[in-house]
Amino acid sequence: MRTMRSAERSQVAEPSVAGAPRRRRTRPRDDRRAAWIFLVPALAGFVIFYGYPTVRGFWYSLTDYNLLTAPAYVGGDNYAQLVRDPQFWHSIAVTAYYVLINIGSQLLLALLLAALMHRLTRSVVLRAMLLLPWLVPNVTVALVWIWLLDAELGFVNHVLRALGLGTIGFFMSPDWAMPTIAMVNTWAYTGYTALLLYAGMLQIPPHLYESAAIDGAGELRMFRSITLPMLRPVLALVLVVSLIGSFQIFDTVAVADRGGGGAGSAVRVIYYFIYQQAFQYFHMGYASAAALMLAFVLGVLTVVQMRLLRASRSDLA
Amino acid sequence: MNTTKRAGHALLSLALAGALAACGSGGQTQDGASGGDVTIDYWLWDDNQQASYQACADAFHTANPNVTVKITQTAWDQYWQNLTTQFTTGQAPDVWTNHVSYYPQFIGSGQVLDVQPFVTRDKVDLTQYQEGLPDLWVKDGKRFGLPKDWDTVALVYNTSMLGEQGVKADEMAGLTWNPSDGGTLQQVIAKLTVDESGRNGLDPAFDKNRVKVYGFLPEWADGSQGQNGWGDLAVANGWTYLDKNPWGTQYKYDDPRLAQTIDWYRQLIDKGYAPKFDKQSTLGRDAVLNAGKGAMTFAGSWTINSFLGPDAKEKFALAPMPLGPAGVRKTAINGLSDAIFAGTPHKEEAWKWVKFLASADCQNIVADHAVVFPAIKSASDKAAAAHQAKGRDVHVYLDAAKAPGGTFLLPITEHGNEVSQIVQDAIQSIILGQVGAAEGLKQANDQVNALFS
Repeated sequence: MRTMRSAERSQVAEPSVAGAPRRRRTRPRDDRRAAWIFLVPALAGFVIFYGYPTVRGFWYSLTDYNLLTAPAYVGGDNYAQLVRDPQFWHSIAVTAYYVLINIGSQLLLALLLAALMHRLTRSVVLRAMLLLPWLVPNVTVALVWIWLLDAELGFVNHVLRALGLGTIGFFMSPDWAMPTIAMVNTWAYTGYTALLLYAGMLQIPPHLYESAAIDGAGELRMFRSITLPMLRPVLALVLVVSLIGSFQIFDTVAVADRGGGGAGSAVRVIYYFIYQQAFQYFHMGYASAAALMLAFVLGVLTVVQMRLLRASRSDLA
Repeated sequence: MNTTKRAGHALLSLALAGALAACGSGGQTQDGASGGDVTIDYWLWDDNQQASYQACADAFHTANPNVTVKITQTAWDQYWQNLTTQFTTGQAPDVWTNHVSYYPQFIGSGQVLDVQPFVTRDKVDLTQYQEGLPDLWVKDGKRFGLPKDWDTVALVYNTSMLGEQGVKADEMAGLTWNPSDGGTLQQVIAKLTVDESGRNGLDPAFDKNRVKVYGFLPEWADGSQGQNGWGDLAVANGWTYLDKNPWGTQYKYDDPRLAQTIDWYRQLIDKGYAPKFDKQSTLGRDAVLNAGKGAMTFAGSWTINSFLGPDAKEKFALAPMPLGPAGVRKTAINGLSDAIFAGTPHKEEAWKWVKFLASADCQNIVADHAVVFPAIKSASDKAAAAHQAKGRDVHVYLDAAKAPGGTFLLPITEHGNEVSQIVQDAIQSIILGQVGAAEGLKQANDQVNALFS
C-alpha cells in the first residue's frame, strides 16, 4: 500500500515538474483514462445497484410510505420515532451480541486453522474441505442444524439424553437461541475466513521463520512475533469484511424463527426488524430510516477499525 | 405501457358490452364476440390445492374458450411479499387467493376490486355458503371477494396411546374443559402423559422431569388469534377478541377470561403434561406427534392430511373441541376468498373466473380432491364424503361448522401483522414465566390498542 501511495504522490506532484517538454514525450501516456475505462463496469454496477437505491432509500426514509400508495414527505419524523423505539434499540443490542459471539469465535478458530495449515500441512484436499460448509446455502445450513439441534427430535439432544445430561432447547430458549445461531454461522464461515487468513500468511517471507527457528524460537513464539504482526493488514480487512457481513445476519434468523414461533424477540436482529417493518407491516419509510441508521453505524465502525489497526499500512513494505 | 392500457380499456368496454348482451340472451358466455383471447393470472399459495384449482381452470377454459387461467403457486412466506411488490409496480395478478389478516391492508390502499355491483347484477346466492363466510370480506357495504373454503379446529389424538391408557373413543366426544381444573380434558391429558418408567400423569410417582410422551402439545406460534388452541378455549370461556368484529378498533387481551386460559396452559407445563416452551420442538406439532412423543393436540382442518393421510406414521383420530364452562363447544372458523385486482384490464373476465371459483361447479371439483372444505355447504358435505371414501373420518370438522353458535370469526382489523407480533411476544414471555399472565396481557393490550389511536 505504501508504495502505491508514494506513486500517487509523485503523480500528483508531477504537473509542477512536468513543464519540460522532453520529459513529457518520454513518459508513457497518462494511465488515468485507461483506469477509468477499466473502472466503468464496476462503477456502473455500483451506481445502479448500490448508489441509486441508497439515494432512493434516503428519500423514502423522509417519507411515510406503505409501498402501495405514494410516499408522503414527513421530514425527520421517522428518525425521531426510531430513536424512541425500544424495539429498534433492542434489535441493535441483539445484533451486537450476535456479532460479538460470531466474530469472536469465528476469527479465533479461523486463525488457529490457518496457522495449522500454514505450518503443518498444505494439503489442497484439506483446504477444499474447509470450504464445504461455506458452499452450502445459508438456509440449508440453518435447516440442517434445526433438525440436528431440535429439542425433542434432534440428534444432539438425543445424545445428551443418552449421556444422562438434560436436553437443551437450542433454538427455542431465549438464553440459548442467539449463541446457537451465532455458532451455526461460525461453523459455516470459519473455513472461508481461515482460507483468507491462510492466503495472507503465505505472503509472509519464509526466511523470517527460518531465522527465528535458528534463533531457537518455538511455534507459539513465531506465531506471536511473526505471523500475527505480519498478518495485521489482512487480519484487519478480514475483520472489517466479516464484521459487516455478521451485522447483516438475516437468513439464519429468519429460518430459525419461522413464522415468529422461535425464540422471538431474543433473536430479532436489526435486519429482521427492517424486514418486518418494510414487508410485513408495510412501513417502508420507517424501515428505510432504520436501514440508513445501520449503514451509518457500520460506516463508523469500519473507520474506527481501520484506524485502530492501521489497516492501510503493511509492515512488509 | 400507455397503449396496452388503452387497448385494455377498449377490450374491457367491449367485454362489458358483450357480457351485458350475454345476460339478456340467457347467460352463456358470449364475449368471444370481442375477439381477443384473454389470459387471467391467478395466484395461490397452497401447493396441496394447486391440482384442484387447475382442474377448475381447465373446466372454466372449456366453458369459456377465449379465457385461459394461468395459475402461479408461491409458498406462503414469499406469497405476500411478491404480491405487494406486484401491487407497487401495478402488475399484480388479476385474481389471487386472499387471507383475512392481509386484506385490510390491501383494501386500505385501493388494490382490491369491489365485486358487490357484479354480485348484485349476476344475483350470486350468498346463502349457499357456510354462515359468516361471505361477511368476512365486506367493509362499508363493499365486497372484496367471494368465499372459497373454510376451516375449523378439532382435537386430534393418537388412538393406540388412548387404548393403552384405557380411554374409550366415545369418551373423547364428550370431553369438558374449564380453566380451573381443566375438566375431563385434563384428566385424559394426564392419563396420556407417560414418563420413562411407564407411569402416567395421574400416578403419584410420575416423574415430570423424565417424560417420554406428552399428553398434550400446545401451539405457541399462534399470533394474536390462538386459532390452534388458546383462542378457541378462551372464547369457550366467554372471552371475545374485540369490541366488534370485523373492523373493531379496541382489542380485549386484558380480559381475565383470557388470562385464566393462558394460566391453565401454563399449569399443564408445570405438571409435566406439556413440553416446556424452550424445550419444545421447532419442527412442528405434527412432527412430534408422528414421532410418537406426544398424544394429543388441537389441529385445524387444513392439517387433515398430516394426521390422517398416507404419510402419517402413527394412527390418529379426531374428536370435537371440549365443552366449555358454559357447556358449549367453540371453534374458530376461518376462510379464504378470491379477490380481483382493482387495476386489472380484464375486470369482466376476472369476475367471471371468481364467480366460477365461488360456484358449486368449481367447489364440487375441489371437494372431490378431498383437501379442504369448500365454502358452499353442499360442497362441504361432498368433501367430507370424499375424505370418508379415502378412509378418513373428518365429520367433526363439518359438525363444528354446522353447529349453531359453535363457531366464531377470527378478528379482522387494521394492523393485523403488528398485533400478531405483539401478542405473540407477550404470550411467549408469559409461558416462559418472565411475566404473569394478567400483567403481560395488559401490557400487550395497551400496545395493541395504541396502534389504533
